[in-house]
Amino acid sequence: MTDAAPTLVVENLRTHFFTKAGVVKAVDDVSFTVGKGRILGLVGESGSGKSVTGFSIMGLVDAPGRVVGGRILFRGENLAEASEEQVRRLRGSRIAMIFQDPMMTLNPVLRIDTQMIEAVQAHDSVDRETARRRARDALGKVGIPSPDERLQAYPHQFSGGMRQRVAIATALLHKPDLIICDEPTTALDVTIQGQILYEMQKLCRDSGTSLVWITHDLSVIAGLADEVCVMYAGRIVEAGTVDEVLDRPLHPYTLGLIGSVPSRNVRGRPLAQIPGMTPSLLGLPAGCAFRTRCGRADDACLITPEISAPLPDRPIRCFHPVLAGPA
Amino acid sequence: MTATTPEIVAESAVAAKPQTPFRRFVSDFFESRVATAGLVVFALVLFVALFAPLISPQNPYDLTKLDILDGRLTPGAKSMDGMTFLLGTDDQGRDMLSAIFYGLRTSLGVGVTASFCAMMIGMAMGLTAAYFGGMVDTFIMRIVDMQLSFPSILIALILLAVLGQGVDKIVIALIAVQWAYYARTTRGTALVERRKEYIEAAQCLALSNKRVVFRHLLPNCLPPIIVVNTVLIANAIALEATLSFLGLGLPITEPSLGLLIANGFTYLLSGKYWISFFPGVALLVTIVSINLVGDQLRDVLNPRLQK
Amino acid sequence: MLVYFIRRMMQAVLVLFIMSILVFVGVFSIGNPVDILINPQADQEEIARAIRVLGLDKPLWEQYWLFLVNAARGDLGRSFVFNIPAIELILQRMPATMELAICATFMGVLMGIPLGMWAGLKPDSVSGKSIMAGSILGFSLPTFWVGLMLIMIFAVYLGWLPSTGRGQTRNFLGIELSILTWDGIKHMMMPAFNLALFKLSLVIRLARAGTREAILQDYVKFARAKGLRSGRIIGVHVFKNIMIPIVTVLGLELGSTIAFAVVTETVFAWPGMGKLIIDSINLLDRPVIVAYLMIIVFMFIVINLVVDLMYSVLDPRVRIAEARG
Repeated sequence: MTDAAPTLVVENLRTHFFTKAGVVKAVDDVSFTVGKGRILGLVGESGSGKSVTGFSIMGLVDAPGRVVGGRILFRGENLAEASEEQVRRLRGSRIAMIFQDPMMTLNPVLRIDTQMIEAVQAHDSVDRETARRRARDALGKVGIPSPDERLQAYPHQFSGGMRQRVAIATALLHKPDLIICDEPTTALDVTIQGQILYEMQKLCRDSGTSLVWITHDLSVIAGLADEVCVMYAGRIVEAGTVDEVLDRPLHPYTLGLIGSVPSRNVRGRPLAQIPGMTPSLLGLPAGCAFRTRCGRADDACLITPEISAPLPDRPIRCFHPVLAGPA
Repeated sequence: MTATTPEIVAESAVAAKPQTPFRRFVSDFFESRVATAGLVVFALVLFVALFAPLISPQNPYDLTKLDILDGRLTPGAKSMDGMTFLLGTDDQGRDMLSAIFYGLRTSLGVGVTASFCAMMIGMAMGLTAAYFGGMVDTFIMRIVDMQLSFPSILIALILLAVLGQGVDKIVIALIAVQWAYYARTTRGTALVERRKEYIEAAQCLALSNKRVVFRHLLPNCLPPIIVVNTVLIANAIALEATLSFLGLGLPITEPSLGLLIANGFTYLLSGKYWISFFPGVALLVTIVSINLVGDQLRDVLNPRLQK
Repeated sequence: MLVYFIRRMMQAVLVLFIMSILVFVGVFSIGNPVDILINPQADQEEIARAIRVLGLDKPLWEQYWLFLVNAARGDLGRSFVFNIPAIELILQRMPATMELAICATFMGVLMGIPLGMWAGLKPDSVSGKSIMAGSILGFSLPTFWVGLMLIMIFAVYLGWLPSTGRGQTRNFLGIELSILTWDGIKHMMMPAFNLALFKLSLVIRLARAGTREAILQDYVKFARAKGLRSGRIIGVHVFKNIMIPIVTVLGLELGSTIAFAVVTETVFAWPGMGKLIIDSINLLDRPVIVAYLMIIVFMFIVINLVVDLMYSVLDPRVRIAEARG
């Protein structure tokens, strides 16, 4: 960890959705810390609450959902209790977000310059020309050729990778302290994905920006993040540095995730897989949510496991950690 | 919508409720209270229209029963011979309630007849276009597109200007206005159904075109046509009323609701509202009840919305 | 873009051509053209002369050609009733109808978009639900009856607004307009609202559906993530997206608004083309009927063309797709 005060501290965050069918605890008691200039990976299957965690930090949880508990300390300021206007001032300027599908994040009927200039002017009272210059510089920085011309274009004239670069450039306009990246490379080709990962990492190093990188792809995390939190059914089940978690997973779920990644080393052998599917958040099994899919589960797992640390700096939520090392 | 959706829907429906599709449809329909109310009101309207001669306090077109001295009485007033006019009388001393009952009969009769004929023609055209495709399809659909790009009232106006007045003329005009909607709906549905495997299977069995179209294709196209049909019946009634109001529709001897309203127009300015007001309410109730039923049918019959 | 434009123009000309055949066949062949085109009060000699002049003794295709040539020259016959060229008569009445239709459209948009967006932003609120119920009612209410009820309430009982005519008009660029005088505006209010009612319901539905869809889109969330104020998100991001279907539909509806003005003009004795055609049908003034039909068909084609082009300007995606196609 760095010496400076952490950029973001999330403590016991709870975000629930109050639907007609019942309360969905999409994020249930999630805590983590992102240091200055660090990259935190948030890993989990779809529906594990990782995106909702991101939106909670941004204050963008839509009804019927809302943050019902916990603290979100961004540079010491609790966003969970801040007014909508306070949060709006931070959004886009100090905390930016990049979304999963670049095809959907840019408004199809507005030109790129409109969408970038408004982002500049939302936080700084500068004239259009200055705002435009900053937009152009930002486009240049993310590797978009002839940014002046491209500013005049509409989103549909860009490829998916280019659009994601535009979104990244928009996020960078105000040199934020924190960028939340919600699977920004999932929808892209592998080569483009590699370029963007590399550039994001570089930007982060150069400017001291912290990243929360939300993904279901462990291989992305392996190459990019410093720390990782594994989420399952709205809870963080395991956390630690990337090297430790990936080399020596303690939670059976993490082990399962790592086993599901196809690689050359395991060619010819059947891929390990986690049986069953992510449980509906409405009908979670009592106790440990992973119990029904876990080979190690027993009667102890009928009680919700609290956070324990079988190894130093390795908090997990499990009664039966995999202490023997990877199988 | 992907091709798998209906199958999934069908499977889950079978698993959830072991009952006939028709009973499921009925129970789904009555889930909405508003739609149930709409259906009840429409049944009432239908009843009144069918049995108008039996339930009307007066035969409004038997001139011997009318007394000009009873003209333009306010609602609730009594006639010379002691009869109460619940909704008042028109300028000839005609009981408005009876006139509305008879008017409903005419309006509904014209609307339903026209829509039914239009449905037959439109369905035939739509099925032909979808089943044979190619030039036939292009030809029919070009006509449909062109016609649909003009508003219904304009087409009816053109036809009535050329044809003149009369019940038959207005039915023809309404059919001419509406067939295109049926043709387009039928073709659209039939095209989707035609690509499905059961049609292919039927063709592989070397069934005749006639059999494939009428026994296999048509029944599967019916749900959306039924939905369109309810909406278009309401439209036909409204359009007929409008045309009659303009003096282009039905002759004065068979007054529909539109004509009743038109008759009252002159007296409206002197504050005698009831001659126009009550027929209008009857028209509105009829149209709204049909539309409510139609909305619910659309929701219930739409496979995409089924749970 | 140019290729697209030319192709659309050619389509329009084709439709006009087909419609001219239909109107020709309708009026000249189904009915007896002598009855339709010649004043029934004329004597035998006059009829014989008119038949020659109109070429009714010639074969059908030649008659059609003559009809086309005359129509192209703007000659569609003389009104029996007013004894002036039918086209001239219609053009005299056209500004009143256009003024009414345009005012109604604006009324529909100016009231419908805010109401629809509100209903879309707050679909479960009482206000949102009432707006929707109102719009369903607006679809079901027969226009002419609403007109009568408006007259009953505002003219007869309250006495606030006049119920017939255009009121005082003022000349603007050679066109008499009601909207330029207060008296004219008072006369305009009820008919315009009456004609706008259907459009209003339609716009409310479109705006509501569009808003509900748009606010769920990622671009709205991204706009919020950029820290934009909700005013700008709704006013620019959502608004521009919902405007595309609304403009298209309203453009297409302008034609039907003009056609449906027939009803409103009859109710409010508004001296426009619609009232003229109804009067002409009742008086059997057939040249005027033919001229009206041709003009309105022509207007329709032009409107459809303009809407298509505007649509492609508004929505950049269509512009490109069409240019490539």
